[in-house]
Amino acid sequence: MKQSNSILDDRTTPVAKSASDSAPVVFHNVSIRFYGPPVLKDVSFTLGAHETKIVLGPAGVGKSVLLKLTNGLLKPRRGHVDLFGQNLSELTEDQLFPLRKRTGMVFQEGALFDSLSIRDNVAYQLHVENIPDEEIERRVREALRFVELEHTIDFFPGSLSGGMRRRVAIARAIITQPDLLLYDSPTGGLDPVTSNTIIELVVKERDVYHTPALLVTHRLQDAFTLTSHRYDQELGHMVPLPKGETDPNTSFLMLNEGRVLFDGALDDLLRSEDPFVREFLS
Amino acid sequence: MALTEIDSKAREIILTIQEYSISTWRAVSNLFRPPIYWNDMLIQADVIGVGSTTIVILVGFFTGGVLAIQSMATLSAFGATAITGRFVSLSMVRELGPVLTGVMVSGRNASSIASELGSMVVTEQIDAMRALGVDPLRKLVLPRIVACVVMLFFLTIVADSFGTAGGAAVSIFMNGQNSTQYFSSAYESLVFSDILQGLVKPLFFGFIIASIGCFYGLRTTGGTQGVGRSTIQAVVTSSVLIIVADFLISQIMVALFIK
Ligand SMILES: Nc1ncnc2c1ncn2[C@@H]1O[C@H](COP(=O)(O)OP(=O)(O)OP(=O)(O)O)[C@@H](O)[C@H]1O
Ligand SMILES: [Mg+2]
Repeated sequence: MKQSNSILDDRTTPVAKSASDSAPVVFHNVSIRFYGPPVLKDVSFTLGAHETKIVLGPAGVGKSVLLKLTNGLLKPRRGHVDLFGQNLSELTEDQLFPLRKRTGMVFQEGALFDSLSIRDNVAYQLHVENIPDEEIERRVREALRFVELEHTIDFFPGSLSGGMRRRVAIARAIITQPDLLLYDSPTGGLDPVTSNTIIELVVKERDVYHTPALLVTHRLQDAFTLTSHRYDQELGHMVPLPKGETDPNTSFLMLNEGRVLFDGALDDLLRSEDPFVREFLS
Repeated sequence: MALTEIDSKAREIILTIQEYSISTWRAVSNLFRPPIYWNDMLIQADVIGVGSTTIVILVGFFTGGVLAIQSMATLSAFGATAITGRFVSLSMVRELGPVLTGVMVSGRNASSIASELGSMVVTEQIDAMRALGVDPLRKLVLPRIVACVVMLFFLTIVADSFGTAGGAAVSIFMNGQNSTQYFSSAYESLVFSDILQGLVKPLFFGFIIASIGCFYGLRTTGGTQGVGRSTIQAVVTSSVLIIVADFLISQIMVALFIK
């Protein structure tokens, strides 16, 4: 993470972004079910303009479903989701694509295109937009440098490790400088060192580009790292905040049995009396 | 009891047809609105067309040969072996060329399309594509349909030609028929309606193969096992539909041209 990041130059500055200071994501009483019992019931929450919300909950509670509802990959059965101020339920699939382009998504299993090289995977969105080849090459290398995987540019996803694939997925999600990031368990099943590298990337996205984000994680450790660190651009890595301080833009959403159990800041989460929250945190 | 079962089965079939029609229509209507991924069409044309040429040549050639052998036996009973060429070329151009090519390409490509797209579904690559703002119907389905329609048209012509050649090989080298006689009877017998019929069919068959392959691929559920299931369904459905469509088109063509 030593190289300077000229991605920064391409990005809309935080100031410009806050021009539309409305919440990028709002869930209004969203319920969804598949074949069995409902997966999400009456879920409502708001993601603020520069907020990073950490979504916690037991396996199978519907965290991935929640992310897919956010960019309209799934449709709620009841209630609706507003993305960038537009009600997704009122849009056709065709009208959803422009909104999805403004959103970067990291899938739980990476979901890289296994028949394409790392270069073409990361460049996917740029390729379909007919951007000149030299510029694509430059931006792909930049994005891969961001995740420290520039040397894998000619590899295929099959020859990368799980953690590398996850980082390529992050590079693919951030290359277009999205206005919203959705991370689905970016550290799932990885060792602590690799997890930390990935969390550092997330912190960097949050503190350098101020991109709002929803982040699903199983590892409480990651959640605490996210709230207790900031990215130092001079030093080029993340540093702990002074003791007792937490990042004001990072909040928590805890789900259990399809419902929102908790939505708020870390301090309140730690003070919560709810037996499930206590058990989850212990 | 049995009745409700039949009822729910029928409902399921109708829902499937409805789903198929809607998604296929959405894919095809994209043909007139940019962006169109020409590059993907070329790649698919290569995969479907060039890749199938060898089997189509072999199948066409030997089918023509078999037709000649079988017809010769019958025709000689009437002393009419002179029209073997006519028999072979008419059979190939009107029926066997299109149908055999369709069934061969269906076995080869409906299956590969369904398993490719099915694997992409179960590994979330389709969702990833949608999340990146790219419509899989545009990027994956439409190029396959266009490529398959165009290539099946040409593959059928290849099959017809090699079938006629196969018939010629048998008639001339094995049965000592005069080559001029064979070819002139082969060509003179073909009229406009035969050729039209023979060239309209592959357009429909190509559409069936690619659209059914994509449809079953994209509705895959249930992991790798589901991919296998989709693949089988795609091959079976497209092959049956090809035969059914062949029947319908033949019927319509006969009604139109032979009054
Ligand atoms: N496409 C789908 N079709 C049917 N059921 C689904 C589908 N997607 C999710 N589900 C169901 O929804 C529930 C929640 O799934 P989801 O993947 O969101 O869980 P999760 O919270 O992400 O779990 P994990 O922590 O293990 O990733 C599960 O019971 C799952 O079976
Ligand atoms: Mg999940």
